[in-house]
Amino acid sequence: MLVYGLKRLLHVIPVAFGVSVVCFMLIHIAPGDPLAAILPSDASAELQAQMRSFYGLDRPLVVQYGLWIWRALHGDLGVSIATGRSVSGEIAAASLNSIILALAATLIGFTLGSLLGFLAGIFRGGIIDRIASGLSMLGVSVPHYWLGMVLVIVFSVHLGWLPAMGGGPGGSDGRAVGWDYIRYLVLPAITMSVIPMGIIARTIRSLVADILSQDFTQALAAKGLMTRQILRHVIRNAAPTAISVMGLQLGYLLGGSILIETVFSWPGTGFLLNGAIFTRDLPVLQGTILVLAMFFVLVNLIVDVVQGTIDPRIQRS
Amino acid sequence: MAAIITQETTLPRASIARSPGYWSGVARRLSRDPVALIALGLIVLLVAMAILAPYLAPYDPTKASMIRRLKPVGTPGYLLGTDELGRDMLSRLIYGARLSLIMGVVPVPVAFIIGSAIGIIAGYLGGITNTLIMRTVDVFYAFPSVLLAVALSGTLGSGLGNALVSLTVVFIPQIARVAESVTTQVRRLDYVDAARASGAKGHTIILVHVLGNVLGPIFVFATSLISVSMILASGLSFLGLGVRPPDAEWGLMLNTLRTAIYVNPLVAALPGVMIFLTSICFNLFSDGLRSAMDVKS
Repeated sequence: MLVYGLKRLLHVIPVAFGVSVVCFMLIHIAPGDPLAAILPSDASAELQAQMRSFYGLDRPLVVQYGLWIWRALHGDLGVSIATGRSVSGEIAAASLNSIILALAATLIGFTLGSLLGFLAGIFRGGIIDRIASGLSMLGVSVPHYWLGMVLVIVFSVHLGWLPAMGGGPGGSDGRAVGWDYIRYLVLPAITMSVIPMGIIARTIRSLVADILSQDFTQALAAKGLMTRQILRHVIRNAAPTAISVMGLQLGYLLGGSILIETVFSWPGTGFLLNGAIFTRDLPVLQGTILVLAMFFVLVNLIVDVVQGTIDPRIQRS
Repeated sequence: MAAIITQETTLPRASIARSPGYWSGVARRLSRDPVALIALGLIVLLVAMAILAPYLAPYDPTKASMIRRLKPVGTPGYLLGTDELGRDMLSRLIYGARLSLIMGVVPVPVAFIIGSAIGIIAGYLGGITNTLIMRTVDVFYAFPSVLLAVALSGTLGSGLGNALVSLTVVFIPQIARVAESVTTQVRRLDYVDAARASGAKGHTIILVHVLGNVLGPIFVFATSLISVSMILASGLSFLGLGVRPPDAEWGLMLNTLRTAIYVNPLVAALPGVMIFLTSICFNLFSDGLRSAMDVKS
């Protein structure tokens, strides 16, 4: 277990390094001078040179990268050009909101998706199977930002049941547990849950069908076990893959939340990123992408290790 | 003598006809799949709509009018209503097919060519070259697709060209990974060893023996990416990172109509219906193709 975990970690380090290089290079592939966003257009050449050396932009790229990653590793991602606040502070505040949303969406998607996939896998070719495959086809094909708009039209504009946007009654500040806050979470979480639901339903359907066709389940039936007892074996065999798919989906939702957070003005990292793109706030843009991508790498690592722990067959392969 | 000749000519034709090949089998299986056929038919209709837009659209899609803004669906003369600037929705949806299809479809074949080349080379050469190429691919694969697309087009700036580049970069690593794993499997098969033993050069083996056997699965995977690409491309426009106004594109229309959901919700939702329809057709057709080509997912 420990050896396997260390092996995975060794594999992840070069990937994490590469991801950080890509994030660092983002600012340098951006058209125009990175300073253009900070300085007024009539800034003197002297001031420009001064700012350039202040931000270290006059040093070689390798040195710039070294300084940047050193600071990033110490939690310093620079200062937002738009607000003047520290980038890591802004990301930390937004991350909590994003994690709440992604967790809620994964929970809904995983519960419904695995139920649907499980039933479809047992009753293959039946009506439940048809409905499940139809629903998962719709789930993976729907533009979720549009689905979010449609839900807002139905539940906020027409019925007036739920708020159309925002993170809570007091704006983005102060979280509490209570219906006043959960109300705001319902529509974005349901919208977001559609993505993992379809994928999880598909995965579990084929997993269950695969396990049921294996010899050992037939042996269990021949031994005289009841259907309920056989299904317990099926669940135990399907669990490692199902959990790893869920973990990966959580990572995808966190990294790819920008569209849904924009639709619902949900004050998370995606919303922050969207704002940074349009104000050309490069430190925030770069910092958010770095944090989100690193988080995705980390989730992948955790999923691998957890899967390897529950299912020893994976460690050996 | 004459009798023999007549006997020969009356032989049944079928015995000398070529046995049906793999692709005719695929076509036959596909022609028996009604869902895939309907999906393909709708895709053809959408493409025809995009090409024939100037003949089909009743109005100029960019002609605005302040006095007929946000007319509801079913207004006489404006069948699907008008948008927030008084432009005819039907015309804009028809014209929108052009940019939406270009943005959604083009990145996939480009990424297919580049990604296959990278993956096949890595898979065929193996060793240190494989490690170097695939670790680089892994880095880009480590980003969630939406995040990478937004990061690239966000830094490059909005515009059709930048959006196409970003989406292509998103799909290259995904295709390269599939190409690499398929090629690695094929490379270990006996007939490749046989070809090498008979003195065939590296490029001959890749072109003749490997390519024909790996392109099928990669192709099927690539077709399944088109629907993802449609949703992502329109998503970029929805964020304001794709096509710029006043061009008609479904994702951008969805974005500019967002403020109209309180006034005219049905009109505001229409562009999304088009994205949904296109994406589901590509998905269904890709599924049909996958089972017709008998490729395991």
